[in-house]
Amino acid sequence: MIRIEHVTRRFGRYAAVNEACLELTPGDSVALWGANGAGKTTLIRCLLGLLRFKGNISINGLDVLRRGKQARMLVGYVPQELAFHDEMKVAEAVVFFARLKGIGHPDPAIALGNVGLSGHESKRVRELSGGMKQRLALAIALLGDPRILILDEVTASLDAVGRSEFVRLLERLSGEGRTMLFASHRPEEVGALARRVAEMSLGRITSIAPTRDFLARASTGCVLHLLMRDDARPIAIRELRAVGFDPRLNGEGILVGVHPDRKAAPFRILADASIAVDDFEILPAPTQATPGAPPATGDAGQPAAEVLP
Amino acid sequence: MSVALTAHPRDLSIPAPPRAWRNILTIAGRELRDAVRSRWFILYTLAFAVLGLAVSFVSAAGTGGTGLSGFGRTTAGLINLVLLVVPLMALTAGASSIASERERGMLAYLFAQPVSRTEVLAGKYAGLAGALAACLMLGLGVCAAILAWKGVAARPASVLWLAALSLLLALGMLSLGMLLSVLSRRASVALGAAVFVWLALVLVSDLALMAGVVALRLRIEELFALSLMNPLQVFKMWSLHAVDATLDVLGPAGLYAADEHGPRLHLIFGVCLFAWVVIPLAAAAVLLARRSPV
Repeated sequence: MIRIEHVTRRFGRYAAVNEACLELTPGDSVALWGANGAGKTTLIRCLLGLLRFKGNISINGLDVLRRGKQARMLVGYVPQELAFHDEMKVAEAVVFFARLKGIGHPDPAIALGNVGLSGHESKRVRELSGGMKQRLALAIALLGDPRILILDEVTASLDAVGRSEFVRLLERLSGEGRTMLFASHRPEEVGALARRVAEMSLGRITSIAPTRDFLARASTGCVLHLLMRDDARPIAIRELRAVGFDPRLNGEGILVGVHPDRKAAPFRILADASIAVDDFEILPAPTQATPGAPPATGDAGQPAAEVLP
Repeated sequence: MSVALTAHPRDLSIPAPPRAWRNILTIAGRELRDAVRSRWFILYTLAFAVLGLAVSFVSAAGTGGTGLSGFGRTTAGLINLVLLVVPLMALTAGASSIASERERGMLAYLFAQPVSRTEVLAGKYAGLAGALAACLMLGLGVCAAILAWKGVAARPASVLWLAALSLLLALGMLSLGMLLSVLSRRASVALGAAVFVWLALVLVSDLALMAGVVALRLRIEELFALSLMNPLQVFKMWSLHAVDATLDVLGPAGLYAADEHGPRLHLIFGVCLFAWVVIPLAAAAVLLARRSPV
């Protein structure tokens, strides 16, 4: 159904995707896993024909560069964040994209009802929350009932509740026999949605494994995602580094790799430095970027978060 | 190391009806609705109508306010108004179309749908052209209606010529604006470039021609040929030729053009202005097909 063969995309000298090969059969569900800059989004953009590349990508035998329009007819795409005219009404947006997909008389109420957005037809896009915008993007992606869904870190901008609801929605869709290719940083999403996981590092697909095996390898440590004020983050990073942790900035917080038995240690260090932690999450540690490489370990003996979302 | 990149042969091809046309119409409708709802459209329409009325009344007052001679002066005033306002309006509308959507990630999302880039460009162009046409027709229509009501007689053919040529100038400048938009990564850069081009066409080109005549002792035919390279000059010459059937007011270059090219002038001016519509738009289509939308 989707065939990616020796795809290379360069930005100047830098190969954002390097000789990537992947094949998805009908009903397959594959997660693209890797750190920021690993090449997941670039590969998805190549697949959609948004970027030119060297190599071949076909969807149902249609070359995405030569017959991109026809190939994209088979695909529903959900980006990380819906970017569209904020002043447009939700129903108008659905009708607009339905027409582009060749649907003659679209019914926005049905499309929106499928993703739990009933009653929001007359709202403007800017009035929707982040989670609702993602649902709208999903409703648009599902117009015309495409058998392939391509999702690019669709829950990255959602809070925990929105994320969990969205993943449940995707689980339902995945169960309807659709082929799914999605980029994700989150093990719980991968566990819920993927049959296989393609790990990417530095533009290369370094391994393709069944999800069960991938998660078994991934569960050997954990990562704390600590949310705090913007101005506190650099100080927190300095304090944690001083005692041997390897913290990294991540969106609204920082990520710290810790041993499962020592999760409280970073909190103590930050409390001693009078840094308030507003919220936190405990994430399973991602797998190593390069299979076979030694695990990165902080000076304090804790496994560092090596592949950081 | 450079990499041989695969081309987009489909994106460069002429869209095949009916699906391609449906997509173009859908995007054009969207663009037209957005433009009509936007502040720039209302502002430009109001400004154009108000300035047009002011010019008309001042011109008509100079000839006693009535009669065909009054309209002749009014036409000259309106031509100068169109020369200033319409290129600015069309250039900025075109310049902000692609670049701002690219900047906000909307262009990539649109390209991820089953549409070709040529269809997106054509749809946006058609929508903006429709908005500009509405703006011009409203502005000129209000002027013509009020002048008629005040008793300033107008030849309908002259009004139609002025409206049609204004629209053709607007389409040319819109093409150029869209080319600037495709070339620019950021909307602010595209808008800055549009204003710069407008200044160059309105002001610098005239000054350069005058300097050329003095410094290089340009012959009259060379001066006329150089004038044809500026769409604003072409519009001015064509409007005067069409409305008054004479180019005397343009001086020696006008007299030379009328004597030398006479009946061919409509064709010459038409080809020149049409080239300003087609060439920048075709270049924009080629570049848009090759450039990344992100």
